[in-house]
Amino acid sequence: MPIIKVEGLSKVFGKNVKDSLKLLDQGMKKEEILKQTGDTVGVNRASFEVEQGEVFVIMGLSGSGKSTLVRLINRLIEPTEGSVFVDGENLATMNKEDLRRVRREKLSMVFQRFALFPFRTILENAEFGLEIQGMDKEKRSAKAKESLELVGLGNYINQLPGQLSGGMQQRVGLARALANDPEVLLMDEAFSALDPLIRKDMQDELLDLQQKMQKTIIFITHDLDEALRIGDRIALMKDGSIVQIGTPEEILVSPANDYVERFVEDVDRSKVLTAEHIMKRPETVNIEKHGPRVALERMREEGISSIYVIDNNRNLKGYVTADDASAARKKEIRDLNEILKTDTPTVDRDKPMHDIFEIIHNTPVPVAVVEDGKLLGIIVRGAVIAALVGEGEVNENA
Amino acid sequence: MLDFIPQIPIADWISRLTDWITDVFAFLFNPIKNQFGDFMEWFAETLALIPPIIVIIIVAVVAFFITGKKFGLAVFSIVGLWLIYNQGAWEELMSTFALVLIASLLSVIIGVPIGILMSKSKIAETIITPILDFMQTMPAFVYLIPAVAFFSIGMVPGIFASLIFATPPTVRFTNLGIRQVSEELVEASEAFGSTGSQKLFKVELPMAKSTIMAGINQTVMLSLSMVVIASMIGAPGLGRDVLSSLQRAQVGTGFVAGMGIVILAIIIDRFTQNLNKSN
Repeated sequence: MPIIKVEGLSKVFGKNVKDSLKLLDQGMKKEEILKQTGDTVGVNRASFEVEQGEVFVIMGLSGSGKSTLVRLINRLIEPTEGSVFVDGENLATMNKEDLRRVRREKLSMVFQRFALFPFRTILENAEFGLEIQGMDKEKRSAKAKESLELVGLGNYINQLPGQLSGGMQQRVGLARALANDPEVLLMDEAFSALDPLIRKDMQDELLDLQQKMQKTIIFITHDLDEALRIGDRIALMKDGSIVQIGTPEEILVSPANDYVERFVEDVDRSKVLTAEHIMKRPETVNIEKHGPRVALERMREEGISSIYVIDNNRNLKGYVTADDASAARKKEIRDLNEILKTDTPTVDRDKPMHDIFEIIHNTPVPVAVVEDGKLLGIIVRGAVIAALVGEGEVNENA
Repeated sequence: MLDFIPQIPIADWISRLTDWITDVFAFLFNPIKNQFGDFMEWFAETLALIPPIIVIIIVAVVAFFITGKKFGLAVFSIVGLWLIYNQGAWEELMSTFALVLIASLLSVIIGVPIGILMSKSKIAETIITPILDFMQTMPAFVYLIPAVAFFSIGMVPGIFASLIFATPPTVRFTNLGIRQVSEELVEASEAFGSTGSQKLFKVELPMAKSTIMAGINQTVMLSLSMVVIASMIGAPGLGRDVLSSLQRAQVGTGFVAGMGIVILAIIIDRFTQNLNKSN
């Protein structure tokens, strides 16, 4: 069962909400509705599910409704229509008391500008959620310290937020959210106010934490690189509507429409595409059947200067070069083993392209993509460059 | 043309309303007048009983610490208070101080909750704002008239007039302070499941504290000015000396009493301001 299930969730700001909803039903655009009723459509019929332990990223430019959407999930903003199920309970219709219970026990939020209480120490800030629940002082201090340790701030508990750098302040925000031991973390542009290097550190750290604690995270961002880096799945928003939901690869490789395509145009593909996306079908010879003569023949046919060698089970043995094969033929050597080279450059199928650059730069032969010792494909320099400039997949192996 | 409608008897109406209130609420006003009046007199007399040297030392020590261990305000307090003592106005000073203290205390007790109400409700804000404007712009002397009707003369009507005149800043600044708390902090407290009162006491009031303190500072200063005016309806203190010198055209005595008020005002002002800063 998904831990969060959002169904037909809408928010219209304004005075003619009913009319605006009707116009939405008729498929009218956000701008037209603004003109006709004076209402602003914040979120238009959003539906998605988030699984336990997933990092679900909601991304869009400013004004796309992503911040409104996250506030609808914990009902900081009242939904106009639709439902939000957390663990099967519908937040949109529950009474105030139940809502407080769910907020205290299941949902925690991390804010863009940290939202720390300036008059409280770091420890008191981290304690806030527990204090609200009425936990006694000793117990909540222990828990808050634990979660401050987790984000690496165990030594700062008596400082005030103003004495800490932005990155550290946001760690406190994270610790405050984690202290509650919530099931879901809502992170509203949590790293957007940090400078790029710190932001990257925080992303790594968040991923580490997530792996340790297996929290479900709903992460809002306007930064596509960030979304691709940390998201298991990404929902792209435009004008209040979700345009596409998919894994980072799906979004990049098969954009649902022009908008998404334009969005992903500028992305640094090298961080997202993996070996699998750019490898091509390899030319091979079988060490158990073929000799240097066949190898040489194949290389001549394909116009290549080296060829990979496999056995009957497609296990990668090594490669032979055209020069060696030609010399061996002259000496009438029949066995490929005698000229086999085994210093094969190999990568796993999910190696990011970014990491392949260096390998491919330092080797004269194409890079082999392997899984459990079996040859899946090869990567030639041309494919890397083609993928970088956005010519899509060159995967002929699929 | 302008005389088409005969004069509207507003003055009559207000007089009758005041009479009516005096009669109907006599059961309330009389005990306030008597018991509260007795308390005030006792309080002022008790203050006057404390040896001046002790008062001066206490004020100086407190001044030293709340200004962050600086000597300026402490020295000023010692010299200023001694000067008032030297001019034989100590008892009057204590009366004025007692009036200001009680009047501003009541103003704060009444004003802060009203300010909170205003910050929470748009309707309350719309209704209360013009009333506050009215209370502050009406010449202060006018409040003395109903005050006398309700509570006859003495300290109690003085405090009543001061309440009306001096409470608005506290109300306004409390409202402003709470409304200025950043949206994200309010959201944070709600997102963690705060109840309304947890939000108010754990987030909004602490965040608004310095703004509220600025309002209280103004309230205290306005109380002081009103308490001086209230000498016209028999409130004791430095104001009475000013009034009597005015009536007898004694420039010197008037100046001495006025100087006493200024010294007291400066000390009170710096105290309340520094209380705010040191927090």
